[in-house]
Amino acid sequence: MTDLTSLTLAEARDRLKSRALSSLEITKAHLEAIERAKGLNAFVAVTADKALEMAEASDVRLAGGEGRPLEGLPIGVKDLYATRGVHTQACSRILDGFKPPYESTVTANLWRDGAVMLGKLNMDEFAMGSSNETSCYGPVASPWAPPNWSRDRARAALASGRRGLLTPGGSSGGSSSAVAARLCLAATASDTGGSIRQPAAFTGIVGIKPTYGRCSRYGMVAFASSLDQAGPLARTVRDTAIMLRSMAGPDVKDSTCSPAPVPDYEAAIGRSVKGMKIGVPREYRLEGMNGEIEALWMRGADWLRDAGASVVDVNLPNTPYALPAYYIVAPAEASSNLARYDGVRYGLRESAADIIELYEKTRARGFGAEVRRRLMIGTYVLSAGYYDAYYVRAQKIRTLIRRDFERAFADGVDAILTPATPSAAFGIGEKGSENPVEMYLNDVFTVTVNMAGLPGLVAPAGLSSDGLPLGLQLIGRPFDEESLFALGETIERSAGRATLPEPWWE
Amino acid sequence: MSTERKGVNLIKGATGDWEVIVGLEVHAQVTTRSKLFSGASTAFGGEPNSHVSLVDAAMPGMLPVINRECVAQAVRTGLGLKAAINHRSTFDRKNYFYPDLPQGYQISQYKSPIVGEGEIEVDLTPDHSIRVGIERLHLEQDAGKSLHDQSATMSFVDLNRSGVGLMEIVSKPDMRSAEEAKAYVGKLRTILRYIGSSDADMEKGNLRADVNVSVRRPGEALGTRCEIKNVNSIRFIGQAIEAEARRQIAVIEDGGRIEQETRLFDPARGETRSMRSKEEAHDYRYFPDPDLLPLELDDAFIDSLAADLPELPDAKRARFIADYGLSAYDASILVAERETADFFESALKHGRGQRDPKAVANWLMGDVAAQANARGLSAADAGLSPAALASLVDLIGEGVISGKIAKDLLAMLFGEDRGADPRALVEARGLRQVTDAGAIESAVDAVIAANPDKAEQARTKPGMLGWFVGQVMKSTGGKANPQAVSEALKKRLGV
Repeated sequence: MTDLTSLTLAEARDRLKSRALSSLEITKAHLEAIERAKGLNAFVAVTADKALEMAEASDVRLAGGEGRPLEGLPIGVKDLYATRGVHTQACSRILDGFKPPYESTVTANLWRDGAVMLGKLNMDEFAMGSSNETSCYGPVASPWAPPNWSRDRARAALASGRRGLLTPGGSSGGSSSAVAARLCLAATASDTGGSIRQPAAFTGIVGIKPTYGRCSRYGMVAFASSLDQAGPLARTVRDTAIMLRSMAGPDVKDSTCSPAPVPDYEAAIGRSVKGMKIGVPREYRLEGMNGEIEALWMRGADWLRDAGASVVDVNLPNTPYALPAYYIVAPAEASSNLARYDGVRYGLRESAADIIELYEKTRARGFGAEVRRRLMIGTYVLSAGYYDAYYVRAQKIRTLIRRDFERAFADGVDAILTPATPSAAFGIGEKGSENPVEMYLNDVFTVTVNMAGLPGLVAPAGLSSDGLPLGLQLIGRPFDEESLFALGETIERSAGRATLPEPWWE
Repeated sequence: MSTERKGVNLIKGATGDWEVIVGLEVHAQVTTRSKLFSGASTAFGGEPNSHVSLVDAAMPGMLPVINRECVAQAVRTGLGLKAAINHRSTFDRKNYFYPDLPQGYQISQYKSPIVGEGEIEVDLTPDHSIRVGIERLHLEQDAGKSLHDQSATMSFVDLNRSGVGLMEIVSKPDMRSAEEAKAYVGKLRTILRYIGSSDADMEKGNLRADVNVSVRRPGEALGTRCEIKNVNSIRFIGQAIEAEARRQIAVIEDGGRIEQETRLFDPARGETRSMRSKEEAHDYRYFPDPDLLPLELDDAFIDSLAADLPELPDAKRARFIADYGLSAYDASILVAERETADFFESALKHGRGQRDPKAVANWLMGDVAAQANARGLSAADAGLSPAALASLVDLIGEGVISGKIAKDLLAMLFGEDRGADPRALVEARGLRQVTDAGAIESAVDAVIAANPDKAEQARTKPGMLGWFVGQVMKSTGGKANPQAVSEALKKRLGV
C-alpha cells in the first residue's frame, strides 16, 4: 500500500481519472498510513467516516466522467480552518470541544473541487510558533529522524514524548510532517511569518504562501489579520500549484480578498524561465551565516542561471528591521483578535464567581505560554503612551520594507531568491525554552514577505552535510504566483526531488 | 431671524455668575434592514439572540463586511448637517472586555471619520436660533445587552443589538444652557427623521447621548469637563446638564476642583454620580482594523445621494413662510415632523387646491392635533386623510357648515365615521348650515320673544348681541349661519 501513498497529487489525479485507481483505495491507504503513524502526532482528529463517504461519492462521479479538479484526492486540513461539525481548535485548549457550524472558504473550495478530507492537522497554538511545540496536543515529530539516530532510538523517542526528535517546523508542523510522511497527498497550511515555508524547508517538501488577499481568510482562525494567508503544502511544485488553484479565489465574505480571477497555475509548471531576472539581496547574507546555507543559495542561483535566467544583486536595505517590526505588528493584531476567546460563548469556560474572574481563569488556563506572551506584548505595544513608539513605527517600517521590494521589482527583477531558513531542522525541546527570541530568529528570511504581502514559495534544494533537507525561497511580484511556480519547478528539477525518509515510525 | 445669542444664559452661584458649556455626542441607530458588518436583521423586539449572525457572535474566523446602505445613510446625514464628506475614512478597533461585546472590541471610526465638520441651525424660539457646530460623524457598532435581573446567580446576554450600526454625531461645545442642548437634540432628531437615516426613537434606545458639561465664570477659559454617559431622553439631557452644572459650581465655590471623569445621571434622584475617574479610564488600545479596507467614496456616489436628499426642515420652513404666508411660529410647528408638513401640503393642494393655507394650518395644529394626540397617534394613523381635512376646510369656506359643526364633524371622522367623506357625511347627518333668511328670522324672533327683558338691555348694550347669537345657534342645533344670525339680530334689535 506504500506505493499508493507515495504518489504525487498529480499522479494520483491522473490515475483516478483513468480509473486505474479508485478514490476509496487511495483514501483507505492514507487512513491506514495515518493509523500507523500515530507516533508522529501529525493529526489531531481523523475523519475516517467522512473520508470514506467523500471517496465513495467521488468514485461515483469519476465513473460518470464528472471528475472535478481534485476529485477523490485525500488531503489533510490544518486545525486552523473551520470545518463544519469537525474538530476546529487551532490546537488551543481555549477552543475545547469547538465544532463550528460553518466551513471556511478555503476548505469549501477544496470540497467543491472534489477533494477528500482525512482529518485535522496539528499546529502551533493559534499558529504562534516555529516548531509545532506550542500545540495543546503536544509536539509533532518530523519524519526525518535526527542524524545518526538508529531506527530503534527514534522509535523509542516517539513513544516517550518525542523529545530529541526533529521538529517539522511550525506553525504548520502537522501539515508538513503529514505530507512528508505520506499521510496525505497534500495539506492546507497558513503563513503569518513563515508558517508554510519554514516547515516545507524543514521536511523537504514544497510550500507556497500566495499574495495577501489571494485566498479568503473567512473561516480561518485569525492570528494577525494583515499578515495571515492560506496556502498549500505538497511534495512537488506542481502539486502546490494544483492545490492553490482550488484554494484561492474571490470571496465577498472577506473584504481583503482579491476579486481577481485565479489563473491556471499548473500551466506555469515547465514554462521557460529564460530571460527572467532573479534578484539576490545582499542583506539576506547574515553575519555568521551557516556556510552550507550560503553555498546552497549560490547553487540555486547557478541553477536558475543555467536555465537561462539572469541573476543580479538587489538591495533590500530595510530587511534588518523586518523581524522586530513583525514581532510588534503580529502580536498587536493577535491581542485584539484573540479577545473573543473569553469563555462567554464557546470553548473553554472556567467556573468563577464573577465576570473578571471568569476571563482571568479561562484565559490563563486556555492559552499556552507562548500565546500568553504574545498577547502581553501586543497589549503593551498598543497601549496609550507606547502606541506611537512601537505600533506606529513598526507600521512605518512595514511601508519601507514594501517599498524596498517595489523598487527591486520596478528595476525589472522578476523574482528574488533567498534561503528559506537559517539552518536545517532542530530538535524538539532544543530551542526557545530559555529565550523565545532564539525561536523567533527562524523567521528571519520569511517575515519580510508577509510584511510586504508578497507571494513566497519554498522548494527543497538539497541536504545538509548531515543529511537533513534544506530549502530555497522565491519571492514574487504581487499576484505573480505563476513565475514562482515556473522558477520553483526549475529548482526542483535541478536539485532532484528529495528522497523522503522510509517510514521508521510505523 | 436672528442667530445671534441673545444675552447670556448665566447661572447664579453664591459667589457670582457662571456660564455652562455643553457639547453632545449623540448616538443614533442607522435605519437599515441589516447590521453594520453582518447580514443579521436590525428589527426591534425579537426574541433574545434571534437576530445574531456568526459575525455578531464573533465566532472564530468570522470577518466583518461593510453594509453599503449604512455608509449611504451616514453620507446622507452628513449632507443634511451641511458637513464635509470624507472621500476616505477608516475603521478602528476599540478594545475592551465585556460579555455583551463578543469580539472583545468595537469597530468604530476613531482616526478618520466618514463625515467631518458641519453645522446646524437650532431654533430656540420661532424667531431666534443659534448655530451649533458639528465636529464629526462616524459609524460604529452597537454592543449587545447584558441582563442582570433574570437570575440571582447569572447574567444573561442578548446579542440582538450586537453589531447594529450607529452614527455618533459629535457637536462642538457650542451650547450654553440645558434649553439649548435640548433644542439641539430636538433639531438633530428632526433632521435625522427627515432624511430617514435614523428613526431617532428614544423609547427604543435608538437615540442616546453622552453629555459633556463644564462651567466657567463669564470671560474665563474653559473649565474641566465631565462626561455624563448614555442619557436617553431629551428631558433627562436637560435635567442632567442642570444638575451637573449646579454640582460643578458648588464644588468650585467650595474651593474644590473639578476632576475630569465619566458620570451617570440618576433621573430618580435628579443628580449625577461618578462612574469612573480619568485614572480609571479604559485604555482602549485603538488601532486600524486589519479586516477592513479603507472606505473610499467617489463624487458620483456622494452626488447621487445629494440629489435624492429630501427638502430639509429649514428650507421647508422658509418656503412655508414665503409661499403660503404662514407665520414663523406656525411654519416651525408644521415642519417639526416631516409627516405633519407633508400632511399640511397634501391637504392644501388636494383637488384643485383653492383653500386658505392659514385655515388648513390652524385646523391641523388645533383640533386635528388635539384629536390625534388624544389617541396617541398621528393624524394619518388615526384615520384622517389630507383629503378629508381639505374637504372640511372647503365646507367651511363654502358656508356649508359652521366652524362649530366642523369640530363635531372632525370628531366623527376620528371616531365612528373614520374614513368617511366629510361632504357625504354632512348630507347624511343633515349638518348643512341654515342660510335661508326666513328660517333664521323666525328663529331670531322666537328667541327675542322669549327674552324680552334681555332684548331691551341689548338695545343699549351691544355686547349682549353675542349672547343672542349663541341662543339662536343653540335653538338651530348649530346649523344656522352665524353671520346671517348676527345680521338678522342687529336688524330686529335695531343696533
